[in-house]
Amino acid sequence: MSALPDRLTDPVVVRGLLQVAAASALAAVVIGLSSLRDLDLERELGGSFVRGFVQVVAMGALIGALFTIPLSYSGLLLAAMVGYAAWESRKRGDRVPNAFRISVVSLGVGSAVVIVTMVAAGAIERTVRNLVPVGGMIIANAMKTNSLVLDRFQGEIEANRAEIEAVLALGIPPERAVSEFVTESVRASLIPVVDAMRTLGLVYIPGMMAGMILGGANPIYAAEYQFVIMGMIFAAGGLTSMTASHLLGRAAFTDAAQLRRFDATDATLVAALRSVINR
Amino acid sequence: MTKLRADELEFERDGKRIVDEASLAVETGETVAIVGPSGAGKSSFLRLLNRLDEPTGGTVFLDGTDYRTMPPERLRKRVGMVPQNPALRDGTVRENVTVGPRLRGEAVDEGRVERLLDDMGLSGYADRPASDLSGGEAQRVAIARTVTNDPEVLLLDEPTASLDEASETAIERLLTDLLATGRRTVILVTHDERQAERLADRVARFADGRIVKVGSPREVMT
Repeated sequence: MSALPDRLTDPVVVRGLLQVAAASALAAVVIGLSSLRDLDLERELGGSFVRGFVQVVAMGALIGALFTIPLSYSGLLLAAMVGYAAWESRKRGDRVPNAFRISVVSLGVGSAVVIVTMVAAGAIERTVRNLVPVGGMIIANAMKTNSLVLDRFQGEIEANRAEIEAVLALGIPPERAVSEFVTESVRASLIPVVDAMRTLGLVYIPGMMAGMILGGANPIYAAEYQFVIMGMIFAAGGLTSMTASHLLGRAAFTDAAQLRRFDATDATLVAALRSVINR
Repeated sequence: MTKLRADELEFERDGKRIVDEASLAVETGETVAIVGPSGAGKSSFLRLLNRLDEPTGGTVFLDGTDYRTMPPERLRKRVGMVPQNPALRDGTVRENVTVGPRLRGEAVDEGRVERLLDDMGLSGYADRPASDLSGGEAQRVAIARTVTNDPEVLLLDEPTASLDEASETAIERLLTDLLATGRRTVILVTHDERQAERLADRVARFADGRIVKVGSPREVMT
């Protein structure tokens, strides 16, 4: 393994920076368009872009060291990834009561079931270098679904508060009063996963499969393994969405079946962690 | 016999007292109107009676039973509320009118629904999309939606607010017919004191979250 300063001066890294500049220019176009159209999304778009770059470069620099940790620690690492993913994801529904706790549980359930099953089935090797990146990919995709379900659920409830209370006022159980909005949230959250599955191999030709084939793997096996990966993403997304929507449907109401007010909560990580621990 | 009794009900939100020690007893079959200026706490009081909000003090007794000991769904089936905003769902008039029994998984008596729509002046409206209705029609559907649920106590929150005069007259006529049938207990919130006088047996006046006067319409209005 080469030392970090040597890696930074590697010609390929310098060439990579030019490619990063090109991608950044495209991102700048998007941010510029947002500004021109007064969408007020520049901060969020720019922040996420810069942050993603810094994080992935840092991970690239450290990943060699990461792969030397004992296998037993990879569970802790994946749990930390779930925690951080939940922290980021809960911002999409920051007015939903207990959004962080719901995100931790949903991502935990969705990711753990899939990772444990696929490790048991031998589809994910019991090595850090396989478990951590594939686990991270599953968690990241589950997070996308969780963010979408939170965002949609919060929007649906806030937009239909009067309608939900009108039905509650008739003595309809809360889970029935919000069922159509829960369904809508699940449906919307699974659009990316379902569309990716529908277009797999026709429009969406995953890089990993292409890489395996170019690397000399049997193309049929490469396709099978890619489908396994997609299946894991599909299952993790589905389980996360179902768990989150179930918990959201309950969190929206008090014990006396009153629709809660949606106020911003858990503004800091410490407060959010405390709320999880105190329950 | 007392059907519903609010006992020193209180409701605070964000440190502000919205309903303040409000006590009111309503007899079976009686119609009580609640009047008072905007922001006096009338609608908040009605929401507390339906337990859509949790009282921060006091409670409500239904037939002598503290409503906090009853399942909220059972309470709201017996004490139904028509909100000021009809808030109809996407779908037809029939789907909206029958939403109570349907979402509880109960059989819907189609004949009764037809008769109710006739009574409400909504003959031929059953299959119309709710989104196509005028304000007055939507309000009548909202009343029908609660009446289909057959509540023992009917809570009406400003049923004619923001309606034109013709719609207001139609709804008042409908309410008069509704009140004349059976022994339904009704609590009606209205900003229109003359409407209270026309419809109610007794009137309770709200001011700053408190009930400041209760009596016959003549006693309270003078």
